[in-house]
Amino acid sequence: MAAPLLELTNVSTHFHSPAGRVRAVDGVSVSLEAGQTLGLVGESGSGKSVLARTIMGLLPSYAEIPEGSAITFDGRNLLTMDRKARRAISGPGIGMIFQDPMTSLNPVMKIGQQVYEGMRHHFGTSKAAGRQRAIELLTEVGIPQPDVRIDQYPHQLSGGMRQRVAIAIALACEPKLLIADEPTTALDVTVQSGILDLLQREQRDRGMTLILITHDLGVVAGRCDQVAVMYAGGIVETGSTRSLFARTRMRYTQALLDSIPRLDRPPHERLKSIGGRPPNLITPPPGCRFAPRCAFADAQCESAMPPMQADEADATHSYACWHPRDPERVTEEVA
Amino acid sequence: MSDVLLDVRDLVVEFPTRKGLVQAVSGVTFELRRGETLALVGESGCGKSTTARAVMQLPRPTSGQIVLDGDDLVAAGKRDLRRLRRRFQMIFQNPIASLNPRKRISEIIEKPLKIAGLLDADKRRQAVEELLETVGLDPAVAMDKRPHEFSGGQCQRISIARALILEPDLLICDEPVSALDVSIQAQILNLLEDMKQRYDLTMLFISHDLAVVRNVADRVAVMYLGRFCEVGSSEKLFDGPAHPYTRALLSAIPVPDPTVTPKPIEMIQGDLPSPISPPSGCRFRTRCPVASERCAAEVPEMRDLPDGRAVACHHPLVGA
Amino acid sequence: MADPTTNRPLHPARPTLSRFRRMRPTTGKSGQFGIAFWLPLAWLILISFTAIFAPWIGIQDPDSLDFINLQVTPNDAHLLGTDHLGRDVLARVIYGARVSLVVGFCAPVVGMLLGLPIGMIAGYFGGRIDGFIVGSIDTFLAVPGLVLLLLFSLIFGGSLLVVTVSLGLLFIPIFSRISRAATLSFKSSEFILAARTIGANDFNILVRELLPNVVLPVLAFGLVAVASAIVVEGALSFLGLSVPAPHPSWGGMIAGGREHLEDSPHISVFPAIVMFLTVLSFNLVGDTLRSRFADVREAAI
Repeated sequence: MAAPLLELTNVSTHFHSPAGRVRAVDGVSVSLEAGQTLGLVGESGSGKSVLARTIMGLLPSYAEIPEGSAITFDGRNLLTMDRKARRAISGPGIGMIFQDPMTSLNPVMKIGQQVYEGMRHHFGTSKAAGRQRAIELLTEVGIPQPDVRIDQYPHQLSGGMRQRVAIAIALACEPKLLIADEPTTALDVTVQSGILDLLQREQRDRGMTLILITHDLGVVAGRCDQVAVMYAGGIVETGSTRSLFARTRMRYTQALLDSIPRLDRPPHERLKSIGGRPPNLITPPPGCRFAPRCAFADAQCESAMPPMQADEADATHSYACWHPRDPERVTEEVA
Repeated sequence: MSDVLLDVRDLVVEFPTRKGLVQAVSGVTFELRRGETLALVGESGCGKSTTARAVMQLPRPTSGQIVLDGDDLVAAGKRDLRRLRRRFQMIFQNPIASLNPRKRISEIIEKPLKIAGLLDADKRRQAVEELLETVGLDPAVAMDKRPHEFSGGQCQRISIARALILEPDLLICDEPVSALDVSIQAQILNLLEDMKQRYDLTMLFISHDLAVVRNVADRVAVMYLGRFCEVGSSEKLFDGPAHPYTRALLSAIPVPDPTVTPKPIEMIQGDLPSPISPPSGCRFRTRCPVASERCAAEVPEMRDLPDGRAVACHHPLVGA
Repeated sequence: MADPTTNRPLHPARPTLSRFRRMRPTTGKSGQFGIAFWLPLAWLILISFTAIFAPWIGIQDPDSLDFINLQVTPNDAHLLGTDHLGRDVLARVIYGARVSLVVGFCAPVVGMLLGLPIGMIAGYFGGRIDGFIVGSIDTFLAVPGLVLLLLFSLIFGGSLLVVTVSLGLLFIPIFSRISRAATLSFKSSEFILAARTIGANDFNILVRELLPNVVLPVLAFGLVAVASAIVVEGALSFLGLSVPAPHPSWGGMIAGGREHLEDSPHISVFPAIVMFLTVLSFNLVGDTLRSRFADVREAAI
């Protein structure tokens, strides 16, 4: 078996704030094979966006990655590289697209220029060749009349179109890994599926690896091979999508699945909400971070952090829970 | 007491913009029966929020009739309107921006009472405390704090408390959970359902999220570019949409079940037409898979279907 | 089901980008009450205190002429020396501070008291009222400030009151602009809409909802305005348009010492240094306070 393309080992990201040290990401380990799609799921404050930025190297000056963290990409440790080498990877190695296409595109630069800018920097492509390639890319991402659009500015395009341009910009450098941070959250649902289809198609055609960050479990279920669920800075459950949904073990994952309103459930059904709020990341609870809100927690959960253990049926599916859910039973009463 | 609480007829809302006059709502008619929840669903730019605000008279609609239990809101003068406002209240999408950052929670919630001139200071305080408990917040802790000390979900609870303190008949919810985390959404939706029971509310619920709508609504109205596409019982709509746009919306929703492969969406890809110069005839025709020439020539009127629904389409999917 | 409410910063449901902006590094100048705040504040307290209590803390009479010690450099009797008329420089600097501080505070206050409501009315009502107000302000701005000050001084005579009021009038445009911008940004906020839904009338919204919010950025600018007013007053008194001689004022002292710059530079230099330190202090203190206000607002909105 080939070595994974991306491997995170005990990655932590802390922020220095006036109130103290914020443990936005704490001890995350996950690996991703080439050509796979990983869905990184979590609510706000879970650390998923911070993790993405840690991989990309887009952290602010008051962020700190403690010793013991390692991010191996294509065999090299990103955290120990010098800055020049690290910058050389952003683009051709790892690309990223962001949630809000309004702010992720430069409002005063033409679309075409934004697309071929990266090519010129990384590959030394000439302006003419870059322009030609930009038109090809804009066609590929589904922008009608690319020869006209190439000279337009972002405000002349709709939200969905802008996100397609952002994808074209990322693809221009032919990255091995593409990180999409909530790419469709700001878009209408009818536009969403078009963007997600595009990402999947590009990934397949180019043999790219994709990390899809979202809070929407529906998006993850339909489009990802692997899922990692984050809560309060750590991964609480990860595995193949099928296994994670069919044999959910960690209580938070199950609670999350139970709390979303669904089309296939009867109307006016009382939703099983999760009480309370996510923990303070400056002084997180000593044990399992979900324990204060978990209906099945006990003293052990509150004092000791559960280790990741593998599911019996699927070795790639692991979870961190002292009292995991029994996957054979459909419903379960509160302990 | 009539069965119909809110009667909206031919509502039109126009805005002047730099590029020309935009008709955000182009002739919308519906009724809201006492005790039911009617959801207005659509994507951005369809006019659902504008419709809700027009009902609130904020701002006054360009034309149309809005009758709340016999009182015509559009025709009402400023003073009458202020008096009538006690009967219908609204909660908004952004929970934190809905609260004045410089005020304490107690001041925010008691303000409707003060403006209406009801109750003395002590009784008001008591009412605020009771309401805070009802919406799930501890009054001892919350009363003297400011909005920035609370989370989004808690701010939404405070907004709900403020809206309910005058015990209105109608509660309009403009995307009340869209800005909240998934697990908090469930809390607030449950709370709204509880409040509906407790205060005998009638609700107009605006949302773009059909899964949420399925959970809360009795009847649903689907909007596109300022017009209604179909209106009808929630159950029937989800089981078998009558309008092609509704079907497209439903097909686009990702299902949290990996055994279900994402279907191709039943709509022609493309940009939303400009609201300044919308397509002639049926506005959805530029993206509709079953559009015909008739759709460009003739505006489809709302027609009743045998199963009680109404649809504005020349080629409805049901009961044609 | 009760939610525990604790005194914690909020966790918005929006993406983490806003979370980044809310955090500040623990080191760094702006926003923190470090030495860049306390030291200038100490200077301001010192100078205000000596200016107010000058007669009671043994400062010499600024107008008494010491013919024996004309134009002497600093010595035991005169800590900062004397000027060309034998007057103690230290005393004149301290009494001059009275003029600068009074004008420095009061002129912006005048501008604020008038500019704030004008800006709020323009921003809130919009339309023709806004057009009229903005047009008037633009017209007012077209008149050169110095000419206006000169005119006031000629018509009403030079005095502390005249200088304060006329300088205050010149501050109206900037305060009304800030107030108008703040009003516009809050006007579309949902809490204003919510106030309307519960039946508040315009007056109630302006005074009870908008005003507490608009006041913050206006006050924050106020401190910058103080520094600016002191500089302008310095220029005015340099030109002889402020309090008339022989009242001590920093600008007047600098002007008076102009002819003696070669042999007795201390006459002009000391008031200049004190003015520089005072203005700098106001700016530094203002910076820190302004970023504090901005923090609260960002967390709130």
